Amino acid sequence: MTTASVIRVVIVMGVFIASSALADDTVAGSGEQIYQRWCTACHGAGADKPGTGALEFKYKGAVPAELEKRVDLSADLVKYFVRHGVSIMPPFRKTEITDAELDALARYLSKK
Amino acid sequence: MRAPPNVTTKVFNEALRSFEAAVGKSWVFTSEEDTALYKDAYSPFFGEPEERWVSAAVAPATVDEVRQVMRIANQHRIPIYPISTGRNLGYGGSAPVYSGSVVLDLKRMNRILEVNETNATCLVEPGVSYFDLYRYIREHKLKVWIDCPDPGWGSLIGNALDRGNGYTMAPYRDHFGSHCGMEVVLADGDLVRTGMGALPGAKTWQQSMYGFGPSVDGIFSQANSGVVTKMGFWLMAEPEAYLSGTVAVAKRDDLEPLLKTLCELVANNTMIATTRLGSPLQLGRMFGLPPEPEHAALLDKPGVTVAELEAYGRANDLAYWTIDLKFYGGVEVVEAQWAYSQRRFAAAIPSAKFTRHDLLRFPLTDDQAEQNFDKASLGIPSLQAFFVGARSPAHPHASRGHFWFSPIIPLSASAVFEAQAVFDAAFREWGVRPLYRTLPQLYQPRVFYLLFGFAISEDPAVNRKTRETIRKMIKLAAEHGWAEYRTAPAFMDDIMAVYSYNDHALLRLHERIKDALDPHGILSAGRYGIWPKHLRKQGQ
Repeated sequence: MTTASVIRVVIVMGVFIASSALADDTVAGSGEQIYQRWCTACHGAGADKPGTGALEFKYKGAVPAELEKRVDLSADLVKYFVRHGVSIMPPFRKTEITDAELDALARYLSKK
Repeated sequence: MRAPPNVTTKVFNEALRSFEAAVGKSWVFTSEEDTALYKDAYSPFFGEPEERWVSAAVAPATVDEVRQVMRIANQHRIPIYPISTGRNLGYGGSAPVYSGSVVLDLKRMNRILEVNETNATCLVEPGVSYFDLYRYIREHKLKVWIDCPDPGWGSLIGNALDRGNGYTMAPYRDHFGSHCGMEVVLADGDLVRTGMGALPGAKTWQQSMYGFGPSVDGIFSQANSGVVTKMGFWLMAEPEAYLSGTVAVAKRDDLEPLLKTLCELVANNTMIATTRLGSPLQLGRMFGLPPEPEHAALLDKPGVTVAELEAYGRANDLAYWTIDLKFYGGVEVVEAQWAYSQRRFAAAIPSAKFTRHDLLRFPLTDDQAEQNFDKASLGIPSLQAFFVGARSPAHPHASRGHFWFSPIIPLSASAVFEAQAVFDAAFREWGVRPLYRTLPQLYQPRVFYLLFGFAISEDPAVNRKTRETIRKMIKLAAEHGWAEYRTAPAFMDDIMAVYSYNDHALLRLHERIKDALDPHGILSAGRYGIWPKHLRKQGQ
């Protein structure tokens, strides 16, 4: 085993500090980074994103299917769905998205 | 705030104060708003008294904090329910089996401790998701692959402990089978490392599985005897290429030589990827997708014969059965495996047709990885699985969640025909139509899994009927020698009950282990049907 071949890390991703070091009011990344980390796998662009597909079918083009392209989302609406879920989307716990991170995410999606 | 069952408010408050001292006040959740986040989002008891509730949640960040929490819980007899990422939706999510438990939320323990590219191994904590490890590997351009289950936000450790499956090659897609070494906090707070990890300073914890003496790792999977805080896994070295192809046959009875040949190719290691039996002729009925009107009418015609279906298939170029073959390795190797496989299938079924798909070379660019639709076969995590139940043309009304019944049947044509006949007849008799129904899937290499998905409703009467259906299916399957491998808390007792050889000797053994390792019965009571002594009658 070479030194170069073994990677020891104390962080999961470069932009995220280990959550063990986080206070609950610490924001691990910008709103956009939080969106990329938690939301795009379902709500991003592409035919394999079930959230985008569901919103496309629901709104039939009246609003963009991708959340990131919406201009009508309020911060409170974003926070409500993240903490309560909707349809098959589950709520997200505070160990996943802290209140401070949710503020940043809500600001990001509501300032479009 | 409600105290757990059989715990006074005074004692619970003392325990909560001690938890706060151990992990920090901000990581102990007691408000109704916060504990509601731990409910099972896909609960089949939605809105009913039996819906599992959580008295509090505690989120440690280190192994030492986990040990402190367990000691405190033992001292005060507080029921504890550990979760990793809590995302095994359809199998209970973050909710405890025993209502009122304190959830031990390990999501903050999210360190990737080691990725060894040379040996293709890793060591991770429970909060690390498949997305996390995949992103890390991509960012560091490491030549290793993960094997992920359907939803990529699950925990490697949680999924392995639930004995989940993935979609690449056989040694890796058995997620528990591909683990190598554990670190476990026992119910009394003691700390154990298994395999080579029991050797202080061990250099091969993630390379050699067994160490010395009895192998005990299995008692921590689908069980409740410890809190796994670290786990090693064997990864797949990035192959040079991936090649897939489809074998299609026209007649119903071609299934026997088709599966016999598949068995041979699996057992001689020519084709050890996962695959699913397909049936374009039966597609409309099996997947709930709208087929062509003429095709749909034929499928719904009472008493439709095999000859009629085969004739429709011949006229419309629809195969009765298909199997996708997938190969990973050097370019020459995968081409040779595909050529050899075609030769074997053609010898068994001269009329078989073969379609070769594009050869992929690795590494993929970010765009190639993102745009590929068969991500799971390439070890790329996604959330594609949530198309099941999501609003779509096939399902105009989104469901509130889903759960699965997945009995394991033999990998043979006779078993497939028998299972189809048994469940078709039962569904007709019961007036039931599952949300999602597939033809058998080859997760483990020598058996088929049948997957039946059922929708969660906001109407308790609908959910009650679905629960009754599942319980009838469990018994019906058991009568035919088939059983589920994994389930949601609502059905754990029912399924454990059918594993009943010699007057439930296996469950009695589990209970003896449980009583020995967790004498106060505080850890994950009822998980997989294993109840601690003081709750045993209640659970059963």
